[in-house]
Amino acid sequence: MGILTFENWLQSAPEWIHSIPEWLQNLFFQLYQTFIYQDRWKFFTDGLKITFIVTIGALILGIIIGLIIAIIRTTHDNSKRKPFFLLRFLNWFSNVYLTVIRGTPMMVQLLIMGFVIMVPKSDSGMIVCGIVTLGINSGAYVAEIARSGIMSINIGQTEAGRSLGLSYAQTMWHIIIPQAIKNILPALGNEMITLLKDTSLVSVIALRDVTKQAQNIVSKTYQAYIPYISLALIYLVIVIILTKLLGMLERRLRKSER
Amino acid sequence: MKKLLALLFVVLMMVACFAGCGSKDTLVMGTNATFPPYEYVDDNGEIVGIDAEIAAAVAEKLGMELEIKDMEFDSLLTAVQSKTIDIALAGMTVTDERKLSVNFSDTYAKGVQVIIVPENSAIKTVDDLKGKKIGVQTGTTGDIYCTDEFGQENVNQYQNGALAVAALNNGQIDCVVIDNEPAKNFVKANTGLKILDTEYANEDYAAAISKENTELLENFNKALKELKDDGTVDKIIAKYIPAE
Repeated sequence: MGILTFENWLQSAPEWIHSIPEWLQNLFFQLYQTFIYQDRWKFFTDGLKITFIVTIGALILGIIIGLIIAIIRTTHDNSKRKPFFLLRFLNWFSNVYLTVIRGTPMMVQLLIMGFVIMVPKSDSGMIVCGIVTLGINSGAYVAEIARSGIMSINIGQTEAGRSLGLSYAQTMWHIIIPQAIKNILPALGNEMITLLKDTSLVSVIALRDVTKQAQNIVSKTYQAYIPYISLALIYLVIVIILTKLLGMLERRLRKSER
Repeated sequence: MKKLLALLFVVLMMVACFAGCGSKDTLVMGTNATFPPYEYVDDNGEIVGIDAEIAAAVAEKLGMELEIKDMEFDSLLTAVQSKTIDIALAGMTVTDERKLSVNFSDTYAKGVQVIIVPENSAIKTVDDLKGKKIGVQTGTTGDIYCTDEFGQENVNQYQNGALAVAALNNGQIDCVVIDNEPAKNFVKANTGLKILDTEYANEDYAAAISKENTELLENFNKALKELKDDGTVDKIIAKYIPAE
């Protein structure tokens, strides 16, 4: 591959570049080297694709797992008589799951999933492995967030629902969960942001997310400044957009309170 | 009295800190200790290997104390540039692209990029690599060559050679391209793997030093030359790489 030096670049650069101070020339050179030379911006877009796919997949999986676990745990804790065997077993399983997942680092879970348990062989397999690992991890945190949401709803709501003749599941689905979601939205948003940033770890199972791709650019240009600052800006912009969207959703949900 | 004591304590702490941080007599070397026999963590948890011993010998000649920092391979060169470390010795190949950002010392060893495959593999020569999944250590010359030649989609980048070999053992990839000496160690430690006879690329290893620190470069080269002349370098290499 061709090597691009500052001098070479300066020769082919447009006229106005020559008349600006040298530090600015250098900055433009680094920007050129990071994004334009050999279409390196594609590194970032390719990486972002992986980051988005993994984040969204893991988010959906995490919310599903989290809600199920939270419902199992609250149902178990709320039952007045001794719960059925199946429920007791599920509750025990949920506790083990929470302990194991929250008690081990994300990185370790990825290494174990990638090299011991799932051992993906194809590219799509690697992505699935990333989604499943991050989803299972996120599920544990979402479970506790959702449980706190469900428990925050006054017990009177459940009692009212039950007295009206609704079944336990109906009460949960139509009365408790809609109110709980409103309460847990800020915490859930937090978890989403953490999840997005945690995807930068998937490079250990040889996935090329946006962080890995920025590192790849650095190992081509040996200039850390522009690639890493751009990387930080990319994450920041995504998180800001996400926060804004969540804020809008929250405001919409709160409309019913007036 | 209490205040005086506290003040004394603070002053003492500051002096201790300045003495510790400001000391110019340490040579901070960065490496990635997953690259046997050039650098690896031994049974006692210490970083040893050819690079570590050469650095120690050079440091002794220069009257400096050696401190080794273990970091990711692909951040070594940026660490040299930002002067987090004084010198990087990590079985690092001299390439024209790397020369644009750091200075390299004289070379002290030769490396060869080889291909590790499972014993029953269909890959027999370099030409067979086309369309196969290749595992590499991220940022190494093996990574750079393979990505250029076979495209990013065919190359899986692992954080170190050992993880790439683990993936090869799992059947997640078809082969691993890595330097000859670590390859031998990896194959020795795993049954069912072999190194192909055909070499992928020949290269020179050298130490990377910041472009601004020409004084260290000169001193390092001078010390290295002395060590080469009196046979210390050969002795160190022979200690880790038994003659065949």
